[in-house]
Amino acid sequence: MRIRCPYCGERSNDEFYVLGDADALTARPSGENAEAFHEYVYQRTNLAGLHRELWYHSNGCRRWLVVTRDTRTHEISDVTYASKRGEGEAA
Amino acid sequence: MKYSIFSVLREGLRGGKGWTPAWREPEPKPHYDIVIVGGGGHGLATAYYLAKEHGLTNVAVVEKGYIGSGNVGRNTTIIRSNYLLPYNTHFYEWSMKLWEGLEQDFNYNAMVSQRGVLNLYHSDAQRDAYVRRGNAMRLAGVDAELIDADGVRAMAPFLDFENARFPIHGGLLQRRGGTARHDAVAWGYARGADSRGVDILQNTEVTGIRIEAGRAVGVETTRGFIRAGKIGLACAGNSSRVAAMAGLRLPIESHVLQAFVSEGIKPVIDQVITFGAGHFYISQSDKGGLVFGGDIDGYNSYAQRGNLYIIEDVHEAGMALWPAIGRLRTLRHWGGIMDMSMDGSPIIDKSPIDGLYLNCGWCYGGFKATPASGWCFAHTIARDAPHALNAGFRLDRFASGRLIDEKGAGAQPNLH
Amino acid sequence: MSSAGRLPTGGRIDRARPIKFSFDGRSMSGFAGDTLASALIANGVSLVGRSFKYHRPRGILSAGSEEPNALVEMRAGARREPNTRATSVELFDGLQAQSQNRWPSLGFDILALNGLVGGFLSAGFYYKTFMWPAAFWEKVYEPLIRRAAGLGRSAGAEDPDHYEKSHAHCDVLVIGGGPAGLMAALTAARSGARVILADEDFLPGGRLNAERQEIDGAAGSIWAATVAAELSSMPNVRLMRRTTVFGVYDGSTYAALERVNDHVAVPPPFQPRQRMWRIYARRSILAAGALERPLVFANNDRPGVMLAGAVRSYINRFAVTPGQRLAVFTCCDDGWQAAIDAAAAGISIEAVIDSRAEASPALGGELGKRDVRIFRGAEVIRAVGSRGLQAIEVRDASGRISSILCDALAMSGGWSPITHLTSHLGGRPVWNESLPAFVPGTLPSGMSVVGAANGAMALARSLAGGRDAGASAARDFGRSASDAPLPKADDEPATVRALWHVSGGRGPAFVDFQNDVTAKDVGLASREGYRSVELLKRYTTLGMATDQGKTSNVNGLAILASELAQPIATVGTTLNRPPFTPVSIGALAGHHRGKDFRATRLSPLHEWAKTHGAVFIESGAWLRASWFPRPGEKDWLESASREVRAVRSAVGLTDVSTLGKIDIQGPDAGTLLDRVYCNTFSTLAVGKARYGVMLREDGFVMDDGTTSRLATDHFVMTTTTANAVGIMRHLEFCHQGLWPGLDVQMTSISEQWAQMAIAGPKSRETLARIVDRQHDISDAAFPYLTAREITILGGTRARLFRISYSGELAYELAVPAGVGNAVAAAIMEAGTDLGIQPYGLEAMGIMRIEKGHVAGSEINGQTTARDLGLGKMMSKKKDYIGRVLAERPALAAPDRWGLVGLKPVDWTTRIRAGAHLIPIGAATTTANDLGYVTSVAFSPSLERWIGLGLISGGASKHGTRVRLVDLLRGSDIEAEVCDPVFYDPKGERLHG
Repeated sequence: MRIRCPYCGERSNDEFYVLGDADALTARPSGENAEAFHEYVYQRTNLAGLHRELWYHSNGCRRWLVVTRDTRTHEISDVTYASKRGEGEAA
Repeated sequence: MKYSIFSVLREGLRGGKGWTPAWREPEPKPHYDIVIVGGGGHGLATAYYLAKEHGLTNVAVVEKGYIGSGNVGRNTTIIRSNYLLPYNTHFYEWSMKLWEGLEQDFNYNAMVSQRGVLNLYHSDAQRDAYVRRGNAMRLAGVDAELIDADGVRAMAPFLDFENARFPIHGGLLQRRGGTARHDAVAWGYARGADSRGVDILQNTEVTGIRIEAGRAVGVETTRGFIRAGKIGLACAGNSSRVAAMAGLRLPIESHVLQAFVSEGIKPVIDQVITFGAGHFYISQSDKGGLVFGGDIDGYNSYAQRGNLYIIEDVHEAGMALWPAIGRLRTLRHWGGIMDMSMDGSPIIDKSPIDGLYLNCGWCYGGFKATPASGWCFAHTIARDAPHALNAGFRLDRFASGRLIDEKGAGAQPNLH
Repeated sequence: MSSAGRLPTGGRIDRARPIKFSFDGRSMSGFAGDTLASALIANGVSLVGRSFKYHRPRGILSAGSEEPNALVEMRAGARREPNTRATSVELFDGLQAQSQNRWPSLGFDILALNGLVGGFLSAGFYYKTFMWPAAFWEKVYEPLIRRAAGLGRSAGAEDPDHYEKSHAHCDVLVIGGGPAGLMAALTAARSGARVILADEDFLPGGRLNAERQEIDGAAGSIWAATVAAELSSMPNVRLMRRTTVFGVYDGSTYAALERVNDHVAVPPPFQPRQRMWRIYARRSILAAGALERPLVFANNDRPGVMLAGAVRSYINRFAVTPGQRLAVFTCCDDGWQAAIDAAAAGISIEAVIDSRAEASPALGGELGKRDVRIFRGAEVIRAVGSRGLQAIEVRDASGRISSILCDALAMSGGWSPITHLTSHLGGRPVWNESLPAFVPGTLPSGMSVVGAANGAMALARSLAGGRDAGASAARDFGRSASDAPLPKADDEPATVRALWHVSGGRGPAFVDFQNDVTAKDVGLASREGYRSVELLKRYTTLGMATDQGKTSNVNGLAILASELAQPIATVGTTLNRPPFTPVSIGALAGHHRGKDFRATRLSPLHEWAKTHGAVFIESGAWLRASWFPRPGEKDWLESASREVRAVRSAVGLTDVSTLGKIDIQGPDAGTLLDRVYCNTFSTLAVGKARYGVMLREDGFVMDDGTTSRLATDHFVMTTTTANAVGIMRHLEFCHQGLWPGLDVQMTSISEQWAQMAIAGPKSRETLARIVDRQHDISDAAFPYLTAREITILGGTRARLFRISYSGELAYELAVPAGVGNAVAAAIMEAGTDLGIQPYGLEAMGIMRIEKGHVAGSEINGQTTARDLGLGKMMSKKKDYIGRVLAERPALAAPDRWGLVGLKPVDWTTRIRAGAHLIPIGAATTTANDLGYVTSVAFSPSLERWIGLGLISGGASKHGTRVRLVDLLRGSDIEAEVCDPVFYDPKGERLHG
């Protein structure tokens, strides 16, 4: 698999660490609702199709990336920085 | 038709003309008491035990392809019950006991071979963890032995004891562990279930689960709607997709695990051996091929194939463990889709929807569980309540925190 | 023995270079340019191996990598390679080969008896028998089956050769060096594109070397050699011979195996045997050719029965004669060419049998004049002979059966495109009835298929397809391909009428030769319900031999289709899995074996530890100093105990460089730390250190360590050694993934700093001697948990932390990695008169157990902060990762297993980690399992064995007694449950 890192260019997936569903994992609830945290930590849509997922360029620029990949074919259609999502967002 | 010495001799003499189909190819009935979705090992075993243990025979197994086309025919054939945590130890030991009588029970030779499973350790900390595990096994009545480096050398002198990056310090041995002919397990259960009246519907894909007044009442399939009193899902790899048809989200990700077989060679390795300093396990089939594998690729996948970095990682570990296999050749590699659960343990439970039952989350350990999984799932469906053996495999354990996390890896499926 | 042999002239062999080799101990000779198979034929050998199940005598079927029969053990000793296809082995001087899967000899094999009882051993018979009595399977039946099965023998010793891995990038990867591939590569290369051409053969040209077809009026092999020479001379082309592209992976990644030195006896010094390539190709052109199908009739496996194309290869390329009296059996025009070429080489043609009544009278050309018996609408129903072909039985169009004497039979069932690589990413080939054959279906992205691999069976079409694909790829890169005219070649399409199975002959008709799967087996499987092609394969083992069904799959599923009365297109085909041909395990591992299996990380203080005689152990990727033996000490325990006493009574120095170190800066650094640790860091004063515990989001403990604040916006975190990489990744995730708005930056500084602990009552006195005068480290000026940047030894940068793992007055000193060894040496020298000693991991482990500090055995991913007695650290005033789910009912239950100390009642009794805790008097069952021993040590300070453990109820069990039961090692020891802090429970020693 080849991932086009926006910072480093196209690299083999050997250089990356994969964590999972980007939309699920970055949607950390605030507050103390245990059910919301249960959903956040454990429940996954687990799509057969276009999947936005987190990859970390551990042997590269150390950026977390959101890779849009088809889980049926492994074809990658988009790669962006994970942090872009929250750029400008208040801490 | 019963397989016996006499039937084999008789058919041998008359050119096999009398052998009859191992299972029928029936047309779907409009209604069954129970429909099992998934004609793999677990689904077929469930149907078999529903019929045999609970006398429920108005049962259909619905399979989108051919029976055994999923992980029961793609795994590395290992059976073992060397688990650490309470629910697992007893469940997998029950599975082992079922394996031990399986072939006579379903009258099909699945080549269950208790040749021993040896887990190597390479550090004091790993030894301590294996001692903890081995003692947990013994407390549960499971056989386990701790073996030192000399003991390992006596069993497997071909391993690298001289030049290893991570020297072998010893191993945890379960002699009753071993291998079984994976496809034959599916076929044996299919034949046994069919002979008791279960309809096995191949090439019948479930496209929807019909819910009326909060209760699951049937499945839409490529061969029409089939009404069902109860529906059991046993379609690991695709559990999330099928459960989604009933509006359920599961604590599961689908991942690809690769497996490998070498060209056939004369017998060289008796046991199943797992490497403790890398992801690698190996055994030899009765045909002579070395059967081996390693870690999952790590990314979500429904593609039944993997990539080179894991292929190379597995072969590196193989050479590190056993440097004489360098000139043997890998013949074929393939992938299967695993239901990776959030704590590495399975779910056999009622679902939040009446009439719908779940059997999923087997990670890469489903094959050895096949008999007990079918047995417990049949019980759960027939009695509408889990058996004590699967009482821990609850869907709500993630909310309650009653996790069964053997590795302590946490809620990250690709670490289990 | 047949009278086959070498033709007096011709062939692409070098008769000036004779080569000596041996087969089954017999010395033989061949020429450079031979394969082992052609050389065996030249030496009159027709019996080469035995089949898998029935141990039937087998010869040579093919002339390529599809060979199912002629498998041999190559080389000897540690270099022995079982199952090597004689048809792919390039002959070299000193080559040793022997036959396999036979006993006692190739000519007389006891297990050939299996063939006589074949009726009982049909497909699936294993599944129906060997079940009585149950205990006999492992003891009797299975060992017999295992011994009979398998093929060759593996080497018994470590592979002495080396393997390399390389990566290559190109615009166009051309797979296959036949006419289509050469033309494609040439066209793309002339446009300036970066081209790699990989061909599995040692001689480029593919079938051009095996046929007498002409291109531009000259022999096709000459055209191939000319093109190969031009390609070799181009700087933008890499022509890779002896290289098999064996797999296609995601992202246009192609895996290839280059057999660098398989054509010599032993690789030259410093050269690999083989090299595995990962080729990243923007476009690929698959020109892999086609495989000829055998015909399925009784005894079609007899040595001497050969594919017609292989017969032509042996005659035209290798100048050897597979027999003196040849017959041809074909269902396509192509087969006739074997008779024509053989006749031209002076071989007697006994008969040509074409199953097609309508076969063109023009076929055979001059053959008719030679008085060759020609049958149309006829079939060979049976081969006669056992260890070699003696005759064939022919059923003519009228149904009359006659016998024809011959010692070789060329057969052709038509050709199947080699679509394997098109399927590796899941593409299914589609049935083309007119060929008839499967042709590529959905292709991997960037791939095109040309030539015979795409079903273009005529030479001119192959060349045109190659040129077009090459030009198209060039245009994709904005390059213009010249419109050089196509070379002129034959454009006759050969016609085929499928013939899948000839019935009526007595004897097994083999579909899969190596695995001994017969047409009858296919029928049986179908009757028994194994009707999917995949079930057929799995039940009969069709296509699962070392050739992966290259010669058998299509015949097998066509016979299945006929049994089921369904079209082949409906029955479908199994999916080809990589590798295309088997790949040595050594090549896939490369250099990662032995000590080089994984990188070895050495601490910046490694030399210092070595100087002091450290014993190193593997600890993850690291080698760490475990203890420092002194003369006269009998074991590690004696050394480590002495080291502990030195630290507790004077001073010791140990290496803690392997801890993860993360530098965190920015105005929001404190906020980030508050969110990742369960305790608070934003309130930490500048110049202070604090112990922190991190949870996973699921509420279990992830890691622990101290973090120090060097400035308002500057923290330095330490992590455990094992989690150094993971925590760095986790922090980056928290920042980039969860809270990108936080103004914070971090970087790993684990490798920038050497870090050592100086511990013991005399540690301050020791340190004071190297710390520069302006830095006051007195207790008043530098109290417990102080962290400051200082200088030592006259200006060397350092960071000094007053923290203690040992429980003594202690410091950790970090210095730039490059000066680590020198600083450690300076401290040792400074402390000599104070009794300083180096101490290792074992001593550190003993002291942390004495102090009840948790480590990896307790932070095992299954414990919560409360379990470990750290519940008070969980802040109630802020949000942090893991806070909410740590309060789930099961994580807060009072009967959870909590950390305690354990003391054997008899203090001299050794206890061991991994023992389980069982109530006194209770049965040893899971139900009575209260917990387990996590860590143990012999405490030199207390002079007794002590342990840490997790017990149901935790601290509430203090003062009770339990048994430490180790069933594996046979011990059952009574112990008292106590507070985990055994030594200096009030913590007085680290102050002062």
